[in-house]
Amino acid sequence: MQEILSFEGHLLEIEKEIERADNPDSLKALKRRLSLEKKNFSENLSPYQKVLLARHPKRPHLSDYIEGLFSNFIELSGDRLFADDQAIIGGCGIIGKKKVMVIGQEKGRSTQEKIKRNFGMAHPEGYRKARRLMELSARFGIPVLTFIDTSGAYPGIGAEERGQSLAIAESICASFNLAVPIISTIIGEGGSGGALAIGVCDRLLMLEYSIYSVASPEACAAILWRDQSKTEEASCNLHLTASDLSRLGIADQIIKEPIGGAHWDYDKITRELKSVLLSNLKELIGMDKGKLLEKRREKFRKIGVFEEGIKVW
Amino acid sequence: MNWFRRPKYTTLTPLSQKREKLPQGGIWIKCEECNELIYKKEWLKLLKVCPKCGFHFQISPEERIKIIFDKGSWKESFSEIKPVDSLGFKDIKGYRERLTEYQKKVGSLDAITCGKGKIRGITVASCLLDFSFMGGSMGSVMGEKIALTAEMAQAERIPLLIFSASGGARMQEGIVSLLQMAKTVSAINLLKKEGGFYLSVLCNPTTGGVAASFAFLGDIVIAEPKALIGFAGPRVIEQTIKEKLPPGFQRAEFLSEHGMVDMVVKRKELKEKIFYLVRFFTVSQ
Repeated sequence: MQEILSFEGHLLEIEKEIERADNPDSLKALKRRLSLEKKNFSENLSPYQKVLLARHPKRPHLSDYIEGLFSNFIELSGDRLFADDQAIIGGCGIIGKKKVMVIGQEKGRSTQEKIKRNFGMAHPEGYRKARRLMELSARFGIPVLTFIDTSGAYPGIGAEERGQSLAIAESICASFNLAVPIISTIIGEGGSGGALAIGVCDRLLMLEYSIYSVASPEACAAILWRDQSKTEEASCNLHLTASDLSRLGIADQIIKEPIGGAHWDYDKITRELKSVLLSNLKELIGMDKGKLLEKRREKFRKIGVFEEGIKVW
Repeated sequence: MNWFRRPKYTTLTPLSQKREKLPQGGIWIKCEECNELIYKKEWLKLLKVCPKCGFHFQISPEERIKIIFDKGSWKESFSEIKPVDSLGFKDIKGYRERLTEYQKKVGSLDAITCGKGKIRGITVASCLLDFSFMGGSMGSVMGEKIALTAEMAQAERIPLLIFSASGGARMQEGIVSLLQMAKTVSAINLLKKEGGFYLSVLCNPTTGGVAASFAFLGDIVIAEPKALIGFAGPRVIEQTIKEKLPPGFQRAEFLSEHGMVDMVVKRKELKEKIFYLVRFFTVSQ
């Protein structure tokens, strides 16, 4: 796995120079150059470069955020039917004195962990665990925070045998019946139905360089262009970046990342994320339960672009 | 130096595999499943089912309406809702151009027909997906029409019957098409909570975003024989796991074995089965 993306190589070069620099003057100049270059870099990213950033090997994952966001986090496991899917982490914790249920995908970082986490691609048991925890949480009036970071639900024999489609559909369906606030944050990749399964929410937050898409740009290129090399073009056409989704009215809020991307400063992005989560929680907690469900339903009911004639029934 | 690679002998292809192209509009057609030649008149009489292997060919919403609903009872609803190219999506062709092409070829505005009809006297609301229109893909139009039909069923307290045939979400509408999964599920959820009855029939093929949303949420789920049903398409799975898939994988019978559907019903028995179930669950004794 390549650790540096080719288009951010020059930034790392400057950083290395900073480490080597011995006199304060040149250090200062170098630092200024780095921040300027980073700014330049951030402003000129193409959609495809944002896709690469969203999947950056050093990008913080859910397990990196958990410690900084929550105190007393305890992991809860298992779907009570078949297995515990490690591609989805679930558990309860406290954020700013508020109890929350945490559910989200984890891709894993080391090779060993990636295998354990199945690269963040959940099986049906993962979505069934998510659903179990959501319903448990709702029974006790505890808000749900989901964190999305997956290239999609796992396409495999076992997944199909155990009803991948049904597990996703049921998880979506259950989300519409949870009388507690749900906030979903896309922290990296929001890939297709595997992301949406834990993405039905009252507020959809997206990190600045996260993506949310109906299909991966690679799959889209292969299917529509019949040509893998058209991935960049597909990325543009799919309108999958956080700013695209905000413009389309799908994402409710974008969380600014440190210049150059979240991987440059874990602490900063965690603090930022925490404050946005808390302010959104504050707005949602205390809302009437019926109204909360009604508003969530409305939020999704009105999504769609079409031309309408006269209604005929 | 081509002669070095020339094969020493040639192989004769078996006749059944050779029959690839038949003249259109002829009196014979070829089964997509077993490659057998079928006499067209017999095939039509069997509701487009292969007499040799029982393979159910895809049929259009119009053909299915004729099979399922009482003669003259079908009334279409929401027919004016049209797709638009909101993203300016362009792959090899522009989405707008593609839509016009399919609208001309298929003769409908999108991949779904909705309305009300009677099944042996019982009125039901129904949606029929059309695989021949861009692979039955779900975009804003399908999402809206499914939601509207579910709401109609709820308001009029009649059962909902959906025939699915789709490859999944319509990529040309981007994220909005993905979110139609949530929109349709929410409408079905509300209908069921209000005591409505929803019967889902999975036809060939039902995969992706349609399978992972409203199609599998039926109170009763019926599959057509040998229909391909699943989340990921078989090619994607093969590429991911780098193995050949076992025969019959993701077919209706496989799903039945794994407890994912209530029953597999042949096309000629479908109307009777639906009638029985709808009456059983919605008509008081």
